[in-house]
Amino acid sequence: MKTPAPPSRSLSDLRELTPARVGLGRAGASMPTDALLAFTLDHARARDAVHGVFDTSRLVEGLTGVGLKPIALASQARNRRDYLRRPDLGRMLDPASQRALADRGGSSCQFVIVIGDGLSPAAVNSHALELVRNLIPRLAEAGVQIGGTVVASGARVALGDEIGALFGARMVVMLIGERPGLSAPDSLGAYLTFAPRIGLTDAMRNCVSNIHGAGLSYDEAAFKIAWLVQEGLARQITGVALKDESGSGTPARIGTSQS
Amino acid sequence: MLKQVARGITPEMAAAVSKLMRNQDLILVAKKCAVTSAFRNTIGLKGRMSVRLQPNHPFDDVRGITASILDGILLGSGDACIGINPASDDPAVIGELVRLLDGVITRLQIPTQGCVLTHVTTTLGLIGQGAPVDLVFQSIAGTEAANRSFGVDLALLREAQQAGLSLRRGTVGDNVMYFETGQGSALSANAHHNVDQQTLEARAYAVARAFDPLLVNSVVGFIGPEYLFDGKEIIRAGLEDHFCGKLLGLPLGVDVCYTNHAEADQDDMDNLLTLLAAAGVTFIMGVPGADDVMLNYQSSSFHDALYIRDLFGLKRAPEFDDWLVRTGLAGADFRLAGDAALLPEFASRLIA
Repeated sequence: MKTPAPPSRSLSDLRELTPARVGLGRAGASMPTDALLAFTLDHARARDAVHGVFDTSRLVEGLTGVGLKPIALASQARNRRDYLRRPDLGRMLDPASQRALADRGGSSCQFVIVIGDGLSPAAVNSHALELVRNLIPRLAEAGVQIGGTVVASGARVALGDEIGALFGARMVVMLIGERPGLSAPDSLGAYLTFAPRIGLTDAMRNCVSNIHGAGLSYDEAAFKIAWLVQEGLARQITGVALKDESGSGTPARIGTSQS
Repeated sequence: MLKQVARGITPEMAAAVSKLMRNQDLILVAKKCAVTSAFRNTIGLKGRMSVRLQPNHPFDDVRGITASILDGILLGSGDACIGINPASDDPAVIGELVRLLDGVITRLQIPTQGCVLTHVTTTLGLIGQGAPVDLVFQSIAGTEAANRSFGVDLALLREAQQAGLSLRRGTVGDNVMYFETGQGSALSANAHHNVDQQTLEARAYAVARAFDPLLVNSVVGFIGPEYLFDGKEIIRAGLEDHFCGKLLGLPLGVDVCYTNHAEADQDDMDNLLTLLAAAGVTFIMGVPGADDVMLNYQSSSFHDALYIRDLFGLKRAPEFDDWLVRTGLAGADFRLAGDAALLPEFASRLIA
């Protein structure tokens, strides 16, 4: 027996089912002009996010305002072109920054926060400060002491390893702009690394990604990060061996990093 | 002639000769290489080009993926395969996606094949549980160390091919493997032994060749500007990859694509797509509106495929073209029928 025909649906109904660009229609073989223009605008926004200016002074000011003592450092990538072509330069501190940390003196510490521009300065400008504001009380609650805060320009994820090592930190979190997609040009990621030192691979990190307006909220992200910090410090490990079991009921978005 | 000697050509020979060639040489010689493969349809015949329908979703939502599959089919895409990149690596989720593809292909009787692009060990596990797997996927590279970083070696790939063959799901052929490659993968795994990325890419094709694949896809612009900086480099690499793969006797397709931190845009992709079609590329990707909302990069769209078919008179795999005509989605000339704003009944049923 054949089931009766379902009610007819229109092509545009497909759009309710996915964020993908479905049901666009066509003009001959080609994409209609409105769809083309929407795509082009989104691409321009993603490009702006990659090449946007990293507002370090505002970040330093804001972090100071929430009671932290940030220092501004830089990688060996001296401009955006260098940064995109040479990921290796973005993973090493420039000599002045190395000296600044070495001269800092001070003993080892438990936890260091690094905020880096990454592939989307726009994401960091928009979300980093608010995320840190949400993170501070969660870390305090978990008994984790913040031993240092760094604002790093030209940063890749692994730059946090060198910074963490120079601080003698047990763990470092790198808050960094993720590779922009057309739908989310301002997505922030948080990479956690236990016992940071130069030469670690991404298999040694945990990542909380997709932090932006339409993604993970500041509160959800801070909860997950604080959970991973607490568990990572207790079990003395991060990476593939530490699975997110924070159980906050949000869709799992935690994996090991890609960048 | 080229077909006869293909098995005698090493990847280093192919890569070396490609370095002596201008773009026009890469196009002209590739065009002369005839390579066909088959599973439920025949891919690579003269005057034809296929499309992998890529219906990805940010969190593998079954209805969302179904919507993208329908969108692609209605625009005449999907004869190379319907191939999902899953966000999850959970075998339970992957199994659900394998069954989704099998369900769509079986219900609509589409002469094509499904593939979920997950690690080969996951697919092996699912085959062991009796999941309806058509194609077995794996990313491969051109050095032993890089393949190890992908968690594979030749013995594992052999085991996977045998497992795929054991299901006997192909109707017109038994090419069961789908491989993906891309320049820079060995370097990014620090497994390149100071060899240039293009030679290593050709070596990956030699790995693929040992397993008689249905499809080999060079994901040329995906890995980022540290490997291929701008549109010019992506275009050159796409033509090199296609030439080397075809010379080695592979059914080589290209993911004509870029990321937002590369110096490239849709115009560069139009150029590469057009050059590759002139070179006789076996297949390209079809992504809704060219925007992959899971992998966050831009590829070719279903519309792009229609453009290139119109421009060069390229038809689809013959079994798939006949199906489009039978269902009324295409006319007798195999071009899409009218632009229906209403979904056909089978489509309404699938998303009901």
